[in-house]
Amino acid sequence: MTDEIDKLRAAIDTATPKPLRKAETLACAMESFDAHQGNADRPRPMSDRRPTGRLWQGVKDMFGVMTTRGGIAATTALVAVGLVAVLPNNVLVLPSNDISLVQPEIDFQRAPQSIPPAQNDGPASTALPSDIEATFPAIQPGAIPAPGTEQVFEPSEPAEERDGREETGRLRLSDAATPGLKYNSEPASGQNLNSSIDLRGLESSGKPPFSFSGGTSDRENSRLLGVLGPLQRDRTADAVAVTPEPTTEAFANQPPSALKITTEDPVATFSADVDTASYGVVRSSLNRGQMPPAAAVRIEEMVNYFPYAYPGPDGAHPFQPTVTVAPTPWNPGTQLVHIAVQGEMPEVAERPPLNLVFLIDTSGSLQDPAKLPLLKQSFAMMLGQLRPEDQVAIVTYAGSAGQVLAPTPAADRDTILSALDQLEAGGSTAGQAGLQQAYALAEDMSAEGDVSRVILATDGDFNVGLSDPDALKDFIADKRDSGTYLSVLGFGRGNLDDATMQALAQNGNGTAAYIDTLSEARKVLVDQLTGALFPIADDLKFQVEFTPAQIAEYRLIGYETRALNREDFNNDRVDAGDIGAGHSVTAIFEVTPVGSDAILTDALRYAQAETVSASPELGYLKLRYKRPGEDSSTLIETPFLPSDAPLQGEAAFAAAIAGFGSLLRGEDTFSYRTEAVPLMRLAETLDR
Amino acid sequence: MDVSDEDLALAAATGDRAAFAALLERTYARLFALAFRLTGDRAEAEDLTQDVCIALPRKLAGFRGDARFSTWVYRVVVNAAHDRRRRAATRAKASAGWGDWEVSRLAANNEATENEAWLHDAMAALPDDLRDTLALTLDDAVTQAEAAEVLGVSEGTIAWRISEVKKRLRAIAEEDQI
Repeated sequence: MTDEIDKLRAAIDTATPKPLRKAETLACAMESFDAHQGNADRPRPMSDRRPTGRLWQGVKDMFGVMTTRGGIAATTALVAVGLVAVLPNNVLVLPSNDISLVQPEIDFQRAPQSIPPAQNDGPASTALPSDIEATFPAIQPGAIPAPGTEQVFEPSEPAEERDGREETGRLRLSDAATPGLKYNSEPASGQNLNSSIDLRGLESSGKPPFSFSGGTSDRENSRLLGVLGPLQRDRTADAVAVTPEPTTEAFANQPPSALKITTEDPVATFSADVDTASYGVVRSSLNRGQMPPAAAVRIEEMVNYFPYAYPGPDGAHPFQPTVTVAPTPWNPGTQLVHIAVQGEMPEVAERPPLNLVFLIDTSGSLQDPAKLPLLKQSFAMMLGQLRPEDQVAIVTYAGSAGQVLAPTPAADRDTILSALDQLEAGGSTAGQAGLQQAYALAEDMSAEGDVSRVILATDGDFNVGLSDPDALKDFIADKRDSGTYLSVLGFGRGNLDDATMQALAQNGNGTAAYIDTLSEARKVLVDQLTGALFPIADDLKFQVEFTPAQIAEYRLIGYETRALNREDFNNDRVDAGDIGAGHSVTAIFEVTPVGSDAILTDALRYAQAETVSASPELGYLKLRYKRPGEDSSTLIETPFLPSDAPLQGEAAFAAAIAGFGSLLRGEDTFSYRTEAVPLMRLAETLDR
Repeated sequence: MDVSDEDLALAAATGDRAAFAALLERTYARLFALAFRLTGDRAEAEDLTQDVCIALPRKLAGFRGDARFSTWVYRVVVNAAHDRRRRAATRAKASAGWGDWEVSRLAANNEATENEAWLHDAMAALPDDLRDTLALTLDDAVTQAEAAEVLGVSEGTIAWRISEVKKRLRAIAEEDQI
């Protein structure tokens, strides 16, 4: 019966040749194996998988089959004619270069209007033009346009000439239009307090007396500052130089926090922030050879990206605040007030069981090696950290939301992994439906004493249902009362909707992290998993009051998106950031003591006489937090005193990162700090 | 007793270099034989095997140990063979291999033995899915159930395909006799 098959088998066995390239193949395979270790999983490039791919193939085949030139020309012409017929005429082809020519002009035309008094009103105004000259000696006095002389820059001029003049004209005028700033002999210290998000503060004084104790770190630091120096150029100038990439990314940010005058507004109130997403985005931008979008830089998230070893709590509270006051390394006239909060690390073994709902965005936008495949690997890696009694469920959402994996004990690794493995990307993004289902599932799963958490993995691109960050905020704020926590993990670049991610994390009792590489996934989901999953305090708020007798001006570095109203501090219904086990939170103020040269504002003539205070205190720090699940908050308060000791250790690193980083100590368990240094160098090179 | 292929594969998936080397050494011959049966050309088969071996470290992350390693790796080979075949087809290149045999036989004239000629005729006469099925089941170690798992079809389909293969082989044999 089977003789044909047997015959065939015999034939094929004898026909099968000896493989000649075995050694070579094995060597290649071992190379591939080594290369694969620690790399993100990239699927093999295939020309024939996706429907779009097939479409292209079809088009290519069509052109391949159609061999006559005439045929191709005829069909192409037909399509072109059709296109012209469909499009209204004026839509056609506007070279985008025109826009860059026109825009500065608008700027410039508007600018003179803001300073007419300077030109027309006699004696009071005479100071201004001479100040300008002093600052920019290269500009001919005659070139300063009086309000009536804008016709010099009429668009009828040749394009190149116009271009050049606008450049100088704009620079000067926008500076002149800034009220209250004196451009004379001391521009350096003057700019420091105003510069906020970027590093202008560092550059303005060139190489300041930035000294730490310890030989190597001194050298290291001054080298770093040298690197940082050139970074101080004005951001707006760079924006013109860097070709913007066409993306649909959206970032959440606010204008840099303003300088506050202590006599007018002595109290700063803000919420804790343990997100790290901004640092991830900055790193991914730099590593791709681009300056990060200015809006993507949130200083507090960069500072809080790094694990710090601040003194831990020993008393009744789950965390311990430490306040350090020290001279600002980059500005001799000011001081830094460094506020560090270190959360306790409870016994990991005694932690309550976890209920995790992985809410995974499988929409078409996730179809990228750095997104869904990385996401799968990240979660698979995290599974190893869970305990058998923890429960895991998976909900995916694309066009519609669906439960992929019913609640399963973490011990059942295979089931979870195979469910993860089967996820595929495609379709639109019904984010809200997914969130609803995930929250419902998390509520079902939670038993007494459990911690429930939804882990949302997304590129933030919600395009079905609620997609507006504000509307999502309301939706999420509703859900956080159910006691379920939320972690937002961002993946991929291109349409990363950072604004939505922030809205979700900040309003849903959650944290946001951005995962661009497998090693970042390891940091967030393995090394720091406990902190990411176990809250030790909810709604941590800071309030700092400065004494006008000691501090003339102050500025909070970063935390723009976390500002709270003064009255919100005591209002327990106002939401704020949560901190997890072992988390540390750092906030840094730059303050100008009374009598310092670096004070930017003049004293008011009619202000009340200075309150004389005998207290040496610089200010008073108040913290409010709730224990997880509780409704009323606990208060911690402590005054802080002036000090002249230079910044040391953890605080110095945080301060350097606040000015984009410095390498300080060799103690760097996971090399996160070492990594920061090449990034700074990279930033320097790119910024040229 | 040796460590099983499955354990080696799981160890390799977690980064054990020695395990991966041992696994390759063990499976190379089988992979190559299957690749040859699928393609019918030594150079093709070498290329295919090399592709698979290079892709293995990445693929291993997806190996869960719930199937036999051979079943799993055969699926990788069959899929890779499909990819190659499809790509060759889109490039509209005549594939060297079973389908090309008639041409090369004429060129190489008497080099092939009678037996091999029959083999190539037979393989070339089979459509792709039947040939894949045959290539798998010719391995003594592969049961029909496993072949079904590799190809992602039901066991019944495999049984039907095998009988179809036999039918066609018989038809060829009859034709030869005429």
